Amino acid sequence: MNNVQLNHITRSYGTIHAVRDVSLDIRSGELFGLIGPDGAGKTTLFRILTTLLLPDSGEAKVCGLDVRKDWKEIRGIAGYMPGRFSLYQDLSVEENLRFFATVFKTTVKENYDLIHDIYVQIEPFAKRRAGKLSGGMKQKLALCCALIHRPRVLFLDEPTTGVDPVSRKEFWDILSRIKKQGITIIVSTPYMDEASLCDRIALMKNGVCLRTDHPATISASYPHLLWAVCGADMYSLLLDIRAYPETYSCHAFGDRHHLALKSGKHEMNDLKHFLQGRGHSNVTIEPLVPSVEDYFMNFEEDKLCM
Amino acid sequence: MYVIEAEKLTKRFGNFTAVDQISFEVSEGEIFGFLGANGAGKTTAMRILCGLSKPTSGKVRVAGFDIYKQTEQVKQHIGYMSQKFSLYGDLKVWENIRLFGGIYGLSEVQLKEKTDRILGLLDMEDKRDALVDSLPLGWKQKLAFSVAIVHEPRIVFLDEPTGGVDPVTRRQFWELIYQAARRGITIFVTTHYMDEAEYCDRVSIMVDGRIEALDTPLELKRKFCVENMNDVFYSLARKAQRGE
Repeated sequence: MNNVQLNHITRSYGTIHAVRDVSLDIRSGELFGLIGPDGAGKTTLFRILTTLLLPDSGEAKVCGLDVRKDWKEIRGIAGYMPGRFSLYQDLSVEENLRFFATVFKTTVKENYDLIHDIYVQIEPFAKRRAGKLSGGMKQKLALCCALIHRPRVLFLDEPTTGVDPVSRKEFWDILSRIKKQGITIIVSTPYMDEASLCDRIALMKNGVCLRTDHPATISASYPHLLWAVCGADMYSLLLDIRAYPETYSCHAFGDRHHLALKSGKHEMNDLKHFLQGRGHSNVTIEPLVPSVEDYFMNFEEDKLCM
Repeated sequence: MYVIEAEKLTKRFGNFTAVDQISFEVSEGEIFGFLGANGAGKTTAMRILCGLSKPTSGKVRVAGFDIYKQTEQVKQHIGYMSQKFSLYGDLKVWENIRLFGGIYGLSEVQLKEKTDRILGLLDMEDKRDALVDSLPLGWKQKLAFSVAIVHEPRIVFLDEPTGGVDPVTRRQFWELIYQAARRGITIFVTTHYMDEAEYCDRVSIMVDGRIEALDTPLELKRKFCVENMNDVFYSLARKAQRGE
């Protein structure tokens, strides 16, 4: 079984607690997301699971193998795409691929079916040095190199950071195809909207795992009634909504503001009246289905209010 | 009053046309979103607007100065920050403010006043003597923005300023942007977060070196008959032929 387990994993760098008591149970064949901003501890978890770093305490297992004792075996069955481009810049595209296949005692030919869909997109540049590739092509080559030994578990550290929305979507389409091969995929991202593309997610912040569940379950457990507010001058609308005594929280969300009220009441006329008094005439207020991002931001606010 | 005027701005590297005859104006105090797929030519265009690279052809004026002949004046009247380069991590918070303010020629009195004001605005008075490297990314970025406008430039260029920043801090960062724009500082910003495109007064979308669309977010959504900026971006950028 291609499952991954973490039990009370803790790791510090000097006085910085990078990962604090994180326990996760990732199922075989799952597309699992580690969602959180920079400094959440995502990379440290990847480095522990790929046996590049030892935890200070706790246990971690990849496909039943222990990261301390069985590190050699884990390296043979794990594919890892680090956040920073780490292929050989002065080797060509095909040389990099062949190199990684050889290191894992296999051949490109043997596992070509697994990478075919991705590799055809970079094949026209097979002779080009990796360092001369575009960002999107580097990313695809790195994924091919991480897959060429047909790993049982694939670790992807922020593969879509700094990538434009179109390429991000393409990348997630590729992931869902890899998943069909039965490979467990653990992927980290700071983009909250990518959470819904995962089977399950762990929300992380400052080394702590806040919550693990299906993305839909997490957003459904948002504890307040949520409203979408739109108006003409959105910035002053935001400031004025915050000045309303009944406001619990209000955040900008693209072309609307997401508002939660203290009492959770349904009657919005008071607020409309209040805003009219401050010069907002054409304000619309509608109920709203919360997202993972709403949940993530609220987590902090609720904690501060307790 | 235009702070940026670009007319048929073009940049070629050999036989590759990175920026292909783009024309646009940006007004004083406007928040201008400069979007595009990776490799569309945004960075090249931005480097030219900052006076770091000369265009192959076209007319460009930034803050009223000619980009060919008055490069040094351009640099004095703009601010710049990106996720990759912002502050010196091994200097303290106050030292960074002093360094950048000093480079832009602020007097001792101005430096002291600016330092107090920035630390007050960011609620960072107790971090005055902290090394920048010890701050969380979100704080660093807010400080970097304040430092980038320490000399009250006409315009500030922000290159993916919020990448990797947590959702709450990302929004606080945008409030700083709004405040600066209200003071009349023009904001020229690139981002891959499409919800942030909604916060801009106008948005341009580059595809393969050209500006394929330029309008308010509302108009763009109307034109493309879609619900959000993500879909606007998608309708345009998926046609892109070239990578980065």
